[in-house]
Amino acid sequence: MLKDITIGQFFPGNSLIHRLDSRFKIIMDIAYVVMLFLTSNYIGLAAAGLFMILIYVMSGVGLGLVFKSLRPIMPLIAITCILNLFFIKGDGEPLVNLWGFITIYTEGITTSVFMAVRIMFLIIGMSLLTYTTSPIALTDAIERLLSPLKKLHFPVHELAMMMTIALRFIPTLIEETDKIMAAQKARGANLDTGGLIKKAKALIPVLIPLFVSAFKRANELALAMECRCYRGGEGRTRMKQLHSGAKDYIALLIMALMIAELVLLNIYVPYLGIPYITP
Amino acid sequence: MNIIELKNITYKYSVGTPFEAVAVDNVTLTVEKGEFCGIIGHTGSGKSTLIQHLNGLVKPTLGEVYIDGQNIWSKDTDIREIRFKAGLVFQYSEHQLFEESVYKDIAYGPKNMGLSEEETDKRVHYAAQSMGIGDELLERSPFDLSGGQKRRVALAGVIAMEPEILILDEPAAGLDPIGRESVLSRISDYHKKNGTTILLVSHSMEDIVKYAEKVLVMNKGKVFCHAPTDEVFARQDEIVGIGLDVPQITKVTMKLKEKGIDLGSDIYTVERAKERILQYKAKGSIC
Repeated sequence: MLKDITIGQFFPGNSLIHRLDSRFKIIMDIAYVVMLFLTSNYIGLAAAGLFMILIYVMSGVGLGLVFKSLRPIMPLIAITCILNLFFIKGDGEPLVNLWGFITIYTEGITTSVFMAVRIMFLIIGMSLLTYTTSPIALTDAIERLLSPLKKLHFPVHELAMMMTIALRFIPTLIEETDKIMAAQKARGANLDTGGLIKKAKALIPVLIPLFVSAFKRANELALAMECRCYRGGEGRTRMKQLHSGAKDYIALLIMALMIAELVLLNIYVPYLGIPYITP
Repeated sequence: MNIIELKNITYKYSVGTPFEAVAVDNVTLTVEKGEFCGIIGHTGSGKSTLIQHLNGLVKPTLGEVYIDGQNIWSKDTDIREIRFKAGLVFQYSEHQLFEESVYKDIAYGPKNMGLSEEETDKRVHYAAQSMGIGDELLERSPFDLSGGQKRRVALAGVIAMEPEILILDEPAAGLDPIGRESVLSRISDYHKKNGTTILLVSHSMEDIVKYAEKVLVMNKGKVFCHAPTDEVFARQDEIVGIGLDVPQITKVTMKLKEKGIDLGSDIYTVERAKERILQYKAKGSIC
């Protein structure tokens, strides 16, 4: 049950995408989001989608996983669709008109489909970052990218360390939750049935032991770090340095070209027979 | 009468994924009412998965589980009733404590059973007493107790449900020698007094030999043997062959045998070894 969540998971591999510098990957991930929100017509969206599929194929991450990662955000997509469907007013006659106040226009349909596809592309594309980058490389990259903030006394290293630790302990906590749930079930706990309040109350015997052991573990970890003379980021060197090479700059260039292409598409083909989407 | 009957139980992990693995492989097993059965086997031999079948925490991929003659996966069985009948105590059971007082924590199981205040109170006191928890501890917070005390409170929490079968996964793991002794001897006393069927998973051969009447040896998901303790440890060589340990004293006598001093191959307690050595000294040989 808890193990089915794939968002944020890492799938080790050795593809070109896996080997790209994680700092560049983060920048490109952000660029990808910008790109999706810049594009305002279906041709641009299709181009972005094709680009994303191409990268997925290069990374060797199974497409089955992609759909699994979409499942938790389905409600969000559904709500967006419904809102757009009913509230976008078009110029012509409404397609459906129920009792005068529920109306659906052609523009409403096209917009809601556009929005749904855009959100799906967003989640699928962004998931690829964590699928192909190890948590350590990811936090390393965040630390490096944020390092200019150190000048402003922002605790960049501490933030990165906190993220590393949090990511590291997610599987441990999941395993522990399963164990405690089994132990309380063996004592007759009823975790699956009953109303919302009853269910929430039934979770207390699971949550308290979980918190107790999480705090205990945090304490032990802090002690162990202290024993090894951990003193934060000042003057700390790394075992694995991040290296950027030609492939990273080429990837960045491709990304920039993609954005340029989409901007041009926006300028020269705003309509294409398909309504322009106003943000 | 057989209180536990497993018929061709097979359990597979992660069916349909590349990680598919067989944890329990076609196990058929019966346990008599009132039996004190020790379970030994390697880490990953399927012991823990097997015992979770007995109270329905795990559903077998194939096969049937009967507790007290009742198929636990048939439609008209309430699985919670089975869990009250087959009380399972997990490894490091002190991690399950959550209430603000020891009393309340022990009462959690009986309360889930829907017992009256009066009956609950009676059971809590009896369970606490069986596990050597004095009345002065009952109002304390379970988080203030020592490791051994916490363990005994957790055990009392399951005993208070007065299950007909008590399944214990390494109840003495991680305790000091005095803590071990105090937990295990209390379980043994409880067994003698109430005639509860007990399944005890342990890595310590000494403990198994000392307390169990029968031993179930698991190897690679299969039952290697299930027989009275004497018979099982008479097969020392086979047990060592599948990579398990034998009691320390047995190791000593095995070495002595190699050196030409044969004290017999059925020694696994210090008392018997002492007896045989004296016998050997008196006669110059055994038999």
